[in-house]
Amino acid sequence: MVAVVKNAEEAIQGIADNMTFMFGGFGLSGIPENCIKAVANSGVKGLTCISNNAGVDGFGLGFLLANRQIRKMISSYVGENAEFERQLLSGELEVDLIPQGTLAERLRAGGAGIPAFFTPAGYGTEVAEGKEVREYEGKMYLLESWLRADFAFVKAWKGDTAGNLIYRGTAQNFNPMMAAAGKITIAEVEHLVPAGELDPAQIHTPGIYVQRIFQGVDYEKRIEQRTVLPRN
Amino acid sequence: MLDKNGIAKRIAQELKDGMYVNLGIGIPTLVANYIPDGMRVVLQSENGLLGMGPFPFEGEEDADWINAGKQTVTAIKGASLFSSAESFAMIRGGHVHLTVLGAMEVSENGDIANWKIPGKMVKGMGGAMDLVASAKHIIVAMQHVNKAGESKLLPTCALPITGVKCVKRIVTELAVVDVTPQGFKLIERAPGVSVEHIVKSTAANLIVEGDIPEMAL
Repeated sequence: MVAVVKNAEEAIQGIADNMTFMFGGFGLSGIPENCIKAVANSGVKGLTCISNNAGVDGFGLGFLLANRQIRKMISSYVGENAEFERQLLSGELEVDLIPQGTLAERLRAGGAGIPAFFTPAGYGTEVAEGKEVREYEGKMYLLESWLRADFAFVKAWKGDTAGNLIYRGTAQNFNPMMAAAGKITIAEVEHLVPAGELDPAQIHTPGIYVQRIFQGVDYEKRIEQRTVLPRN
Repeated sequence: MLDKNGIAKRIAQELKDGMYVNLGIGIPTLVANYIPDGMRVVLQSENGLLGMGPFPFEGEEDADWINAGKQTVTAIKGASLFSSAESFAMIRGGHVHLTVLGAMEVSENGDIANWKIPGKMVKGMGGAMDLVASAKHIIVAMQHVNKAGESKLLPTCALPITGVKCVKRIVTELAVVDVTPQGFKLIERAPGVSVEHIVKSTAANLIVEGDIPEMAL
């Protein structure tokens, strides 16, 4: 059952070198800012990190990359990070690029106890190399396996002391599947409320998936591409 | 010859009332500017938003509201929000009617290459492979020739492909070209562009039947 903890430092107890971590977020939207900083400060290294993107220089997973804590990155798109590119080209960093929908479904499968599934994405491309191919009703599909992790770090807008989570806007993204796919899932929330204050019908992630929860602090919530319309 | 907005405007003519549409980054995004008034077209953003609206007004931008290009956006009335797994379930499940995306190369059997150039930093395929493997109708928006002056409509793709036999129609600055079982077929010319110019700019065989109409923009 969920433990309410004070802060990110307390929440990350038990992390160690060479573990596999999941980090929620799409770009910099919905990333667990407090936990990323705590993992960076902890100095653990040799990590395999599963995240749709790899942060930017100087923010998000960019902190872990700068410290060279990541050995392998599993993502769908890593385009906005010069340090990532440098480490990849120099061979310091391994990367496994996965179609975004396949990544999302592999995470969902991990949390749902489905070891593998067939998907059309990547058939006939280099993504298919070494994978079982099967035809269903005239269309070709690839066998893809689940993803699970030692720790999953997710970020929600609101959470309660029972571990239930509600996301805001498009900051939901990969967080719900990762919450279910982590052996230990740590949720950081902008607003932590007593159990009973959230409408049970509005919960996105039920508390059963969350082992530790805390209210985060000092959210920067950076915007990568500020696109606005002028008034009038 | 069309500019980027012209290509987007021509693609907007492919939209039909009631469609759910996913627009890729670049020229495809511009298609949203040309949805005819009164037509109900709902835009799907694969990071988890159905019913994407315009950019927010200055001062109303919000880090929790972005599109798949990480740009700040708003939602229209009737929009819904969901996880990435749900988002790609609706894509793979065939619920999105039309995908418009850019490409580096398209082959005459409908293969598309748009994610990787050997020798250059690979950024990743994002959602492109899922989209091209699943959408019912795929339109490519791209330049007919690349910056080196080489045709992007080829007998076979030279670059690593994103998906096989999936592109149905291509709209470029020069032409509308369909992918048919017999290969590329010229459908329309851009204003002021000759059939000869289009044939010369197409590395693959291009089927030209009868009079080719000019696009009505």
